Amino acid sequence: MEASFEPRITAFVCNWCTYTGADLAGTSRLPMASNVRIIRLPCTGRIDHLFVAKAFERGADGVIVSGCHPADCHYTAGNYHARRRFGVFRELLSFLGVDPRRLTFSWVSASEGGKWADVVNETVARVRELGPFDAYHRLADAPVPDGDPFAALESATPRADGAGENEPSGVHASEPGRGRAAATGGSGA
Amino acid sequence: MSRIGVFVCHCGENIARTVDCAAVADALREHPGVVRAEDYKYMCSDPGQQLVKKAIEEDGLTGVVVCACSPHMHETTFRRAAAQAGLNPFVVEMANIREHCSWIHDDRERATAKAIDIGRTIVEKVKQDRPLETIRIPVTKRALVIGGGIAGIQAALDIADGGHEVVLVEKEASIGGHMSQLSETFPTLDCSQCILTPRMVEAYQHPRITLHTWSEIEKVDGYIGNFTVTIRKKARSVDENLCNGCGDCQAACPSRKVASEFDAGLGKRTAISTPFPQAVPNIPVLDRANCTLFKGRAKGLAKDACGKCKEACLKGAIDYDTEDTFVTEEVGAIVVATGFQLYDIGREQPAGLKGYGEYGYGEVPDVIDGLQFERLASASGPTGGEILRPSDGAVPRTVVFVKCVGSRDPEKGMSYCSKICCMYTAKHTMLYKHKVHDGRAVVFYMDIRAAGKGYDEFSRRAIEEDGAEYVRGRVSRIFRDGDVVKVWGYDTLSGRQVVIDADMVVLATAVRPQPGIAELAQKLSVSYDQDGFLNEAHPKLRPVETNTAGVYLAGACQAPRDIPESVAMASATAAKVLGLFSADELERDPSVALVNERTCSGCFHCERVCPYGAVEHRDVCDMEGHVCGHVAWVNPGVCQGCGTCVAVCPSKSVELAGFTDSQVYAEINALAGW
Amino acid sequence: MTLAYYPGCSMHGTSREYEESLLAVAAALGLDFAEIDDWSCCGASSAHAADHLLGVALPARNLALAEAQGADRVLAPCAACYNRLSGAAHAVAEEPGLAARVRDVLERPFANTVKVLSIVELLRGLAPAIEERVAARLEPDPLAHLSVATYWGCLLVRPPLATGFDDAEQPTGMDEVVAACGARPVRWNMAVECCGGAFSIARTSSVLRLSRAIIDDARRCGADAIVAACPLCHANLDFRQSAMSMKGAPPMPVLYITQLVGLALGLPLDLLGFDRHFVDTQPLLARLADDARRAAAGAAEREAARAAKAAARAQAGAAAATAAGGGGERTAPAGAVP
Repeated sequence: MEASFEPRITAFVCNWCTYTGADLAGTSRLPMASNVRIIRLPCTGRIDHLFVAKAFERGADGVIVSGCHPADCHYTAGNYHARRRFGVFRELLSFLGVDPRRLTFSWVSASEGGKWADVVNETVARVRELGPFDAYHRLADAPVPDGDPFAALESATPRADGAGENEPSGVHASEPGRGRAAATGGSGA
Repeated sequence: MSRIGVFVCHCGENIARTVDCAAVADALREHPGVVRAEDYKYMCSDPGQQLVKKAIEEDGLTGVVVCACSPHMHETTFRRAAAQAGLNPFVVEMANIREHCSWIHDDRERATAKAIDIGRTIVEKVKQDRPLETIRIPVTKRALVIGGGIAGIQAALDIADGGHEVVLVEKEASIGGHMSQLSETFPTLDCSQCILTPRMVEAYQHPRITLHTWSEIEKVDGYIGNFTVTIRKKARSVDENLCNGCGDCQAACPSRKVASEFDAGLGKRTAISTPFPQAVPNIPVLDRANCTLFKGRAKGLAKDACGKCKEACLKGAIDYDTEDTFVTEEVGAIVVATGFQLYDIGREQPAGLKGYGEYGYGEVPDVIDGLQFERLASASGPTGGEILRPSDGAVPRTVVFVKCVGSRDPEKGMSYCSKICCMYTAKHTMLYKHKVHDGRAVVFYMDIRAAGKGYDEFSRRAIEEDGAEYVRGRVSRIFRDGDVVKVWGYDTLSGRQVVIDADMVVLATAVRPQPGIAELAQKLSVSYDQDGFLNEAHPKLRPVETNTAGVYLAGACQAPRDIPESVAMASATAAKVLGLFSADELERDPSVALVNERTCSGCFHCERVCPYGAVEHRDVCDMEGHVCGHVAWVNPGVCQGCGTCVAVCPSKSVELAGFTDSQVYAEINALAGW
Repeated sequence: MTLAYYPGCSMHGTSREYEESLLAVAAALGLDFAEIDDWSCCGASSAHAADHLLGVALPARNLALAEAQGADRVLAPCAACYNRLSGAAHAVAEEPGLAARVRDVLERPFANTVKVLSIVELLRGLAPAIEERVAARLEPDPLAHLSVATYWGCLLVRPPLATGFDDAEQPTGMDEVVAACGARPVRWNMAVECCGGAFSIARTSSVLRLSRAIIDDARRCGADAIVAACPLCHANLDFRQSAMSMKGAPPMPVLYITQLVGLALGLPLDLLGFDRHFVDTQPLLARLADDARRAAAGAAEREAARAAKAAARAQAGAAAATAAGGGGERTAPAGAVP
């Protein structure tokens, strides 16, 4: 881990609560880390989990999703949908090779400028400790194995006639998640 | 081909001090799709807006990005300017480099880099903005006012006088609110009821005001211009159309020992009662919890144990079998004027608050709060206006007034100042001294906040003319010692402890929002802060609006407030409502969802998640006109633009104008490799 | 669930009767605890006034020892020791980095897992057992006519975040114990007001003034005795009472809460250390003994009267039975054979 690694955090926030809370933090001149870039959406309910995956893919080391407190959503229920979605998405995120500690989910209301500053600073500190998220880059940069990449797969899959034992190889068809980690030689995830 | 114009604002020193605006403009000028980028000192000023207009005309811009303050501040300003220059306002967006950048960071290099990133993100978004037309919807020109205190009454009268109908809903049996409980008001010492009752009567008799008392808001559906409100009219047991307010039922009622809420617990009332003689409407309510007949019914008695009020009523207005009923009203605007309650120092507290054990948890006799003192001083109160202490009815010779009980105290959970207590405590000392000439009034204070017109002179009068003794310091304990109430305080100016044997103590307890405010706020989709007060849209510039279009705030529901301010705020909400009603159609933000019927499979996940019921079924027909399928269709008049449907659609067939998937991905990609 | 015992400097010294009565009560209730081996001073007022780390490390050492000796709870009957031990546990839990520095200073592991108990918490938990034992005694309601003012002092419930087992302004735990003993806790005003504490030597006049106000209020509110749970409060109220000018008012005996429980359980008086007090407790104990005797006598009388009445009724029944045979309209007692 570099000595002065500055994490890059993308934040998907709702317009009515968190964005306004962040405005309030600004009006109150609350100092906070400069690593966060906010993408404004009308409601956390609008957030597709693929936005989060895409953000990681495109270079974010951490992602914040923040909206209104339960029962206070400007559109009544959007934040509940977001919460449910992300409860399930956390597992998918691990499966994708992203440490779920890189994703922060918070409720910040329009009057909670201080809380937004805390969320930003805590997330930046936490992600800084986790280090840069470069699993996808390393995967992309990993050398392509010589020869037929599917040969390894074939010998790994047991055939009806019993031939071809499972060999430890870079890619295990039965355990794609593990295989990916092996290919990158143990990611930061 | 995109031709985006970027304008970077210095905002005087606010942005320029931390962000190198010229550098931001330089960087963004190089961004693909940007044809012009410049920086300027004050973009929102007239010359600033002229820059934008000129650029639109000269450069044929297809989109505009203003890097400056929050879009919540000036998005409308720049959209209007663009529209005047002939550009669709919905391709104009703001990049927030002030609240989200220059104001929260110190490092010029990092702040400038961040500002460039923010600008780039919005440029990519605007490149995908489509021109949109505002949606026009009809407006129901009727207003709902929730709360019938002075603020609610004022708002209702102003809107009604402005030519529109008002529905006024009040949860108590009579309108008037806390102002009707007061004896005299500061700074004029006007008799409170004398100035209030004419307004109450005016509201009651106004041809355009419909009054629902003993009623509460059950449900609110809809949106600005088109709210559907369900009102629960609680069972009164008295027919409002037959009752003539004669009072015979009250005289006949045998249950006479119920603690009177209007007298703040100091007096007694009957089970069937009006709260006070000047009640509007002058129609009593039967309190079933304390009624002999209803208590008997609850116990399962075969025969009704009483019926005296019904016997006494010559108009036959009493009906023991009434139930709560529901009324539905269609309105276009809602004014919330629910007022306040006083903090109770008892042991049982809502989450986050603590009681005052130091002052006895409300169990020490003759320790009362401000509203109770008002009832003692009031001519219509339980003591006929004589200051007599509750425990034994004796005239108190020494009264101690303690300010800031609960207020300004993070330990108790209320960090804010309640604003009105300094003034009403000064008033209380004057009311006391006017009635007990040789009495001693001692006030323990931290500060004296008397900022209104005539207020400072008023507080000085209490000290200089009426002899109130002001001691700067807090009271550490209040307890009973035989016949006196011992008050242990401290005088910080002389550095001495002060022990007073008082006959009575009046606590200026904190002002809090009404109970149940959170539930009401949720019904209205209005946000509230950690103390429960409702949130205004902007504390400086939009103090009477909320972030929910069509819902306005008047009076103490938003923050502690005195009468002149509540009245002013109520009139301000009326102005907003009348402005809203001045056009026949309302222009709505066109950022609504749109379904691609070709790819929609008719699964209707979107319908299930839409909080507004904006999704309808559309038939898909073949060439012969036979229905062969269904797809979803979003009603643009109902959709509020949350985008939840977009996120749940499995086939990505619905998009939200202004926040499409491709726009969001463009923003994410803009940040790549930063 | 092992309970360790932290006596602190006073339990073996100036408040020896507190420990005597505690051990007697513990034995009677079957409560098992052992002194922390190699315990040292908690620092009392001096340490935390001089240096924060010292003020935390000194008590923490005892907590670390208790941990190592397998305890999960520590009883600290002295209110100041309780305040320092619970305060240290709270500080270590709340202040970042403090745990590491304390471990450094102690040069021993310290996980901060031991819960510190005050005597009131312990006895409050045992109140049902105490009540049962009192009810089972032969003499009915031995303390029924005893009115007691429960005096907490300032250290047991403050600071609320560190102590937290009762309300900081109007605590009720000790009243519950007194009620379980069968005595009457009075409503009074000075339960958590300072007695003057450690100024007993440096500024005795302040202690006399403050403690006198406490005793006066207890008396005015109808208390026969004050019950305390702190050795220094006890010293100020009891040892210093003769120096207070009480203006002819009768002396107010000051008992330890454990002594009251011992009385209620009927333990032998010589185990409870009453002879160590400066304000003579004999008049109060004599009165209680008298009350008990009179109550017992009264009970015996009532029992005798009941027996006599029953005998008389039986006799009358027999007489009626013999007279009924001689005719005459007379209502026969139910069951009697006409």
